[in-house]
Amino acid sequence: MAETHAHATEAGDDTTRRDILYIGTATFAAVGLARGVVWPLIHQMNPAENVKALASIEVDISQIPVGQQIKILWQGKAVFVRHRTANDIAKARADDTAADLKDTSNRPTDAERVVDDKGTSRPEILVLLGVCTHLGCVPLADRGDYDGWFCPCHGSHYDTAGRIRKGPAPANLVIPPYEFIEEFKIKIG
Amino acid sequence: MAHQSNYNPSNGFTKWMDERLPIIRLGYDSFVEFPNPRNLNYWWTFGAVLAVALIWQIVTGIVLAMHYTPTVEGAYASIEHIMRDVNYGWFLRYGHANGGAMFFLAVYIHMFRGLYYGSYKAPREVLWILGMLIYFLMMATGFLGYVLPWGQMSFWAATVITNFFDAIPWVGGSIKTLLLGGPAVAEPTLNRFYSLHYLLPFIIVGVVILHIWALHIPGSANPTGIEKKGPQDTLPFHPYFTVKDLFAVAVFATFFAWFLYFQPNAMGHPDNYIEANPLQTPPHIVPEWYYLPFYAILRSITFDIFFLKAQLLGVIAMFGSIVILFFLPWLDRSKVRSMRYRPVMRFFFILFVLDCFILGWVGANSPDVTVLGIEAKNIGLFSTFYYFAFFMIIMPVVGMMETPKPLPEGIHESVLARSGKGASKHADGDA
Ligand code: HEM
Ligand code: FES
Repeated sequence: MAETHAHATEAGDDTTRRDILYIGTATFAAVGLARGVVWPLIHQMNPAENVKALASIEVDISQIPVGQQIKILWQGKAVFVRHRTANDIAKARADDTAADLKDTSNRPTDAERVVDDKGTSRPEILVLLGVCTHLGCVPLADRGDYDGWFCPCHGSHYDTAGRIRKGPAPANLVIPPYEFIEEFKIKIG
Repeated sequence: MAHQSNYNPSNGFTKWMDERLPIIRLGYDSFVEFPNPRNLNYWWTFGAVLAVALIWQIVTGIVLAMHYTPTVEGAYASIEHIMRDVNYGWFLRYGHANGGAMFFLAVYIHMFRGLYYGSYKAPREVLWILGMLIYFLMMATGFLGYVLPWGQMSFWAATVITNFFDAIPWVGGSIKTLLLGGPAVAEPTLNRFYSLHYLLPFIIVGVVILHIWALHIPGSANPTGIEKKGPQDTLPFHPYFTVKDLFAVAVFATFFAWFLYFQPNAMGHPDNYIEANPLQTPPHIVPEWYYLPFYAILRSITFDIFFLKAQLLGVIAMFGSIVILFFLPWLDRSKVRSMRYRPVMRFFFILFVLDCFILGWVGANSPDVTVLGIEAKNIGLFSTFYYFAFFMIIMPVVGMMETPKPLPEGIHESVLARSGKGASKHADGDA
């Protein structure tokens, strides 16, 4: 009886030790493969160094007539720089507390939307990513129910501060990182 | 193979081969002697049409690749070069572009056939799932290919579709960047799409082989939905079905040729003849017709539900509308396969086909177009509701409640009854 018992324990011990070795080896191999082979195969698809290097551009804004905008390509995306009229600004500010402002977390007041990264505020210059927050189309200027932008793809309406008011887009147009480096020159990115 | 092999190698070479690689036996068992139900109608010929379409896409694609340049600078110009300079380039490109559309037409007929005749039910669940996998890969391949000409529609389709992933909480943004290879659709995107557009059709070939393997275990279903019981119910694949399939392929090819030679741009969008411009979205973007119903489902959800945003819900509904098809074998609770004997389900099926067309119409039009005073977006919402209700409510409930019409004794009896000869007169001398 005692003998059988001892034998069983011994066999059991042996199996457990071996299992640990097997599991250890397999884990080691799996982690090694994942880190050494699988990850490089996935990560190669992420942005390459040269793509990441094109991070910022400088833009001359002296030639934008009041009431119009320019479109620039930054990191493959459209950026709007709009020279707003006094009326545009007044309208946007009057709507600061409107009930149909859907996105109240992303710079909801007009005053917050015209401040650059260093804190300079120029209400007449509005800088926006021209990328509809729904599925990425470029909205058209001076259209839609709020005289700001209208996205032709699925019908989102943005106001004169670039805030979403109506349609499927969930968020306000994004303000890219930018700063005034001269009176009529901004750096984006 | 599921049936007994009756292949007899007849000469020295075939005997020698049969002992080493019995591939001639495989071909004989699968496409010569294979016993098919004798009552298959023309809806069953679309499998052959699909096989030919896949080969056509691969052959024309490989030769197009000899002239195409996958760069932002060169892509659009190389398409024009193919159209104007390359010998028969217009034929190859129109053949490939229209061929893609024909491929989808055939697959939709093939799938509705399966739906109507209950081909997805036991023991053909795996066969159905493999088919769905092929369909899913086709959708991906078609999308990737559409980006390659680098026209305005190509570019904005790529932008909108990759943005679906942005809607996924937390990880969505990283997945999108990984797909694009940068902050927006650009050269890295075009390059990887080209690589994958070349790869996926060959993966489809692999899944098609599994699909046919799974088919040949139980053999084809048939319009009565009852299993074959003996030799009186079947005919050999060759010549009966090879000829029938070839005839269908020829008719289908004629239809395709009409598009190819007379209306090569009828299914395309003029905007894709404008080179891609990342600063300007075309005023009206719509996908190719074969994606329209899903596009309508995506756009139909314009309201938030609790903390779930409309944008995410739209994407979930769109993917869900495809994923739900994978579960068909378990959603349908009826033991009777063919809707020929299920009058209630048949009625809902016809509504479902109509619903798909309506969704297609909604997808093609702007959300605020009105018909009889109803806005397209409301029609879209209702049709989306019916789409899901058909699978999630009607299918299980009708399956349990409906009393089917009496089934025929067997395939043989059904054939004779239909041709008016009566089930009693057996010895007809055919087969
Ligand atoms: C499942 C099979 C396939 C489908 C559904 C498909 C679909 C498409 C579609 C819809 C286009 C856009 C046509 C246009 O608007 O011009 C396209 C383009 C292209 N495809 Fe495919 N394709 C398939 C297989 C292949 C294969 C196997 C290759 C190469 C080996 C290939 C190479 C190309 C090339 C080079 C283009 C760009 C030229 C063009 O746009 O005409 N395709 N494909
Ligand atoms: S992308 Fe602008 S509304 Fe859909």
